[in-house]
Amino acid sequence: MMEMPLIDRDKCQGCGLCVSVCICGGLVLTDNIVTAVEVEECHWCTLCELVCPTGAISCPFEIIIEKNQDSA
Amino acid sequence: MAGRSTLPNIHRVDIILTVISSGYQECVRTDMVAQIEFIKSIPYFSGLSQSGLDSVGKYIFEKKAGRGEIVLFEGEPAETLCFVVAGVVKVFKISPDGKEQILQIIRPGESFNDVPVFSGGVNLASAGAMGAVVLNMIKKSDLEVVIREHPQVALNVIQILSQRVQHLVSLVEDLSFRHVTGRVARMLLEYAGDGTGERPRLTQQEMAAMIGTAREMVGRSIKTLEEEGAIRIDRHRIIVTNPDALRRIAGVTS
Ligand code: SF4
Ligand code: SF4
Repeated sequence: MMEMPLIDRDKCQGCGLCVSVCICGGLVLTDNIVTAVEVEECHWCTLCELVCPTGAISCPFEIIIEKNQDSA
Repeated sequence: MAGRSTLPNIHRVDIILTVISSGYQECVRTDMVAQIEFIKSIPYFSGLSQSGLDSVGKYIFEKKAGRGEIVLFEGEPAETLCFVVAGVVKVFKISPDGKEQILQIIRPGESFNDVPVFSGGVNLASAGAMGAVVLNMIKKSDLEVVIREHPQVALNVIQILSQRVQHLVSLVEDLSFRHVTGRVARMLLEYAGDGTGERPRLTQQEMAAMIGTAREMVGRSIKTLEEEGAIRIDRHRIIVTNPDALRRIAGVTS
């Protein structure tokens, strides 16, 4: 399963700014709310989060320490 | 649905535009009435009478740009004030080592290039379209006419410039006095898990809030840490590949 940016449907105003900057095509405005469909092309550039005026869309990172040599 | 998701972005913006301005049709015709409505909605011209709005409308011209297009170049004479009608514009500088630092994200209704237009200097930063954008622009000389005729605009300008200064000062503090990259490094060390237990995931916005910096600064710091070989970005994972290097950058000795 491809993780996609998280969307808080209550905060989304449907302004479409995230859609306008996204290059992956995974963000779609439906009924004035943005939804994310899983696409390979989303490389977590976080631009959608950067431009959203209400903080409705977010791209959280997991922070992990790499284990030495053995399977990471 | 499937058909919709394959629409090129430029068309999506057009769909949005059609909603914003009912007079926007077939990508060519802009409606005067819609333009006045837009002008009315921006802080620069709030409180203006109808006649004031009409006179501003006479001077405003429209410009469109596509993703990645540069709409203002740093160092060129500042001759126009720009407003974003649709889409998003980034204001940025390129450092001597070629890195882009975004200084500000400009959304519909907001303006950019204000400071140099009023100071009579050159563009302090470049501005680029992050997707398809529509801009409204007004020449410096025309804006001065509007201000002379409608002093209310001068009051608005003061307020807008003050906010701009506040934002820039907060960025400058970080750029010159403190090392954001070091603070990001420390924060990553504190938050890093071994990938087994559930760890809270952090957005760049949250990271910025945690270390007391602007969101714009975090992305670049993360890139710097990756270039230094301390971390690796694997899509939504930040993997600490060299904890020692990270500790060194963070200024942590033990
Ligand atoms: S930018 Fe934010 S508010 Fe606007 S459509 Fe996207 S998620 Fe919703
Ligand atoms: S992270 Fe980037 S590619 Fe992925 S949905 Fe957001 S804007 Fe699109």
